[in-house]
Amino acid sequence: MDFYLGLVQIIGVHTLLGLSAYCVLLTGQVSLAQAGFFAVGAYVAGMLTVLAQWPLIPALAVAAVVSGAVACAVGFPALRVKGLMLVVATVAFGEAVRLFFFNFTYQIQAGVLHLGPHGAEGFRQIRYFPEHGWSTLDVVLFIWVVVALVMAGLWWLDHSRVGAVLRAVGEDELAAQSVGINITAVKVSAMTVGGFIAGIGGGIFAHYTTHIEHAQFGVVLATFAIAYPILGGLSNVFGTLLAAVFIQGFLIEGLRFMGDWRNLLFGGLIVLAMNVRPRGLLDAGTTRALKRLFAAGKERSGA
Amino acid sequence: MLELKEISKYFGGVRAVDGVDLGVSRGEILALIGPNGSGKSTIVNLICGLFPLTAGRVVLDGTDISDMPMHARVSGGVARTFQNIRLFGQLTVWQNLWVAQNSGEQRRQNFGRRWFGGSRGARSEIERTLEFFDLAHKSNELAANLAFGEQRRLEFARALSAKPALLLLDEPAAGMNAEEIDQLDDRIRKVREDGVTVLLIEHHMELVMSIADRIAVLNFGRKIAEGTPAGIQANPLVREAYLGTPETA
Repeated sequence: MDFYLGLVQIIGVHTLLGLSAYCVLLTGQVSLAQAGFFAVGAYVAGMLTVLAQWPLIPALAVAAVVSGAVACAVGFPALRVKGLMLVVATVAFGEAVRLFFFNFTYQIQAGVLHLGPHGAEGFRQIRYFPEHGWSTLDVVLFIWVVVALVMAGLWWLDHSRVGAVLRAVGEDELAAQSVGINITAVKVSAMTVGGFIAGIGGGIFAHYTTHIEHAQFGVVLATFAIAYPILGGLSNVFGTLLAAVFIQGFLIEGLRFMGDWRNLLFGGLIVLAMNVRPRGLLDAGTTRALKRLFAAGKERSGA
Repeated sequence: MLELKEISKYFGGVRAVDGVDLGVSRGEILALIGPNGSGKSTIVNLICGLFPLTAGRVVLDGTDISDMPMHARVSGGVARTFQNIRLFGQLTVWQNLWVAQNSGEQRRQNFGRRWFGGSRGARSEIERTLEFFDLAHKSNELAANLAFGEQRRLEFARALSAKPALLLLDEPAAGMNAEEIDQLDDRIRKVREDGVTVLLIEHHMELVMSIADRIAVLNFGRKIAEGTPAGIQANPLVREAYLGTPETA
């Protein structure tokens, strides 16, 4: 049972990570910096609850704001470049964050224990959940409430003018400028919101794993982050959720018997998905078909 | 209202636009014509700020807009269409107009209502524009799924969404049939009656001669003539630019 609860936690946190990449991807930017923002969120939230003894929710809020601010600061220089160059720039940023935490030590003495980040050894003993008597189930519920809130917020944004403007920039930057959209402001805002969400995700991640270290926040995590919205499609936030469930639940855990070969499957799947369904698993057509199916069902039950 | 002062644009050694002086007065329809490659589109691109000037100034209503970024010029009152249509294909017809509401006045609206609510004013403006362009029944269609003529109309409509004072139309009749061109003619006239100044680039001479108040002719990046449609038709320099000199013809 605990295995499944753990899996549900992972999926929840990875959904948040995927949603952070979703925001940025809407504007047509492929960013591999999301793992870096996630790491910032993880360390900040962890340090606030462990070293400063803050309650969890304010710690997560501050972690999100710090990550968002970092994303905003990265956004300005990074978004001057496009396409492949942006990918390179964001990978470099992600690695810089990882290496920062590789070298970052800030510990305090608490009885016999040394608490706080300790360079390459990582940051152990983030024990907020057990210390406050949260059961695994409580944690699962908490994570999914946050996921639901973030998804609802993004869904609402998506259906406001904000969503339309983000997509317009993603589709044709020149045309967007020609109708008066300030594309730098739009892209940096998307990056900031993405950083904010990644910060929440990272903060939660630090608390349920209780031990974080630099190696967890490398390029692999960044690749996962961008894979969810690409695989799930950009028509709405549920695509990202679906992709996170599919990749984490099925490919990574469900196919464990295949050993490391399943990673190959992951790569192959991305290539396949991009060829067969270039707009993602849940594209506009699928959404329409589902709606029609739903509407037909309602009519029949009504008659 | 618009003054181009000695504007030039060189692409490497190519002088796409070479020291052109041109004035557009408020409320007129000025057509810019010339053979292919004479620099018409480049002038539109310079006015809307797609790329920087090599030399000269662009002045709108007494304000020098030469160094303004493209999006700021839209709120300053300059909107355009593209020769090769550039719609947001994966957005609906409605959304295409919605994202383009970026006039100075629209920008000053209540922030929350502009970005998150969608005010009644904005909505009725879109409805009116769609009605005018006979696109109301396509409101929820993706722009990519429209027929060619509809896409042209939508691009025209999108440019008007930002309530421009000056509208730059880059070959709006390209690929249209006679009936569609007639409708376009009507619409340009109505837009002008609403107080919009129009700078029109067009190869379709019948349309140009029918609606233009004045015509400027470009050849090899230079302005070779300017005047009324009748005057331009009689101008030997213009005939030469289009047809070649009698000796070589």
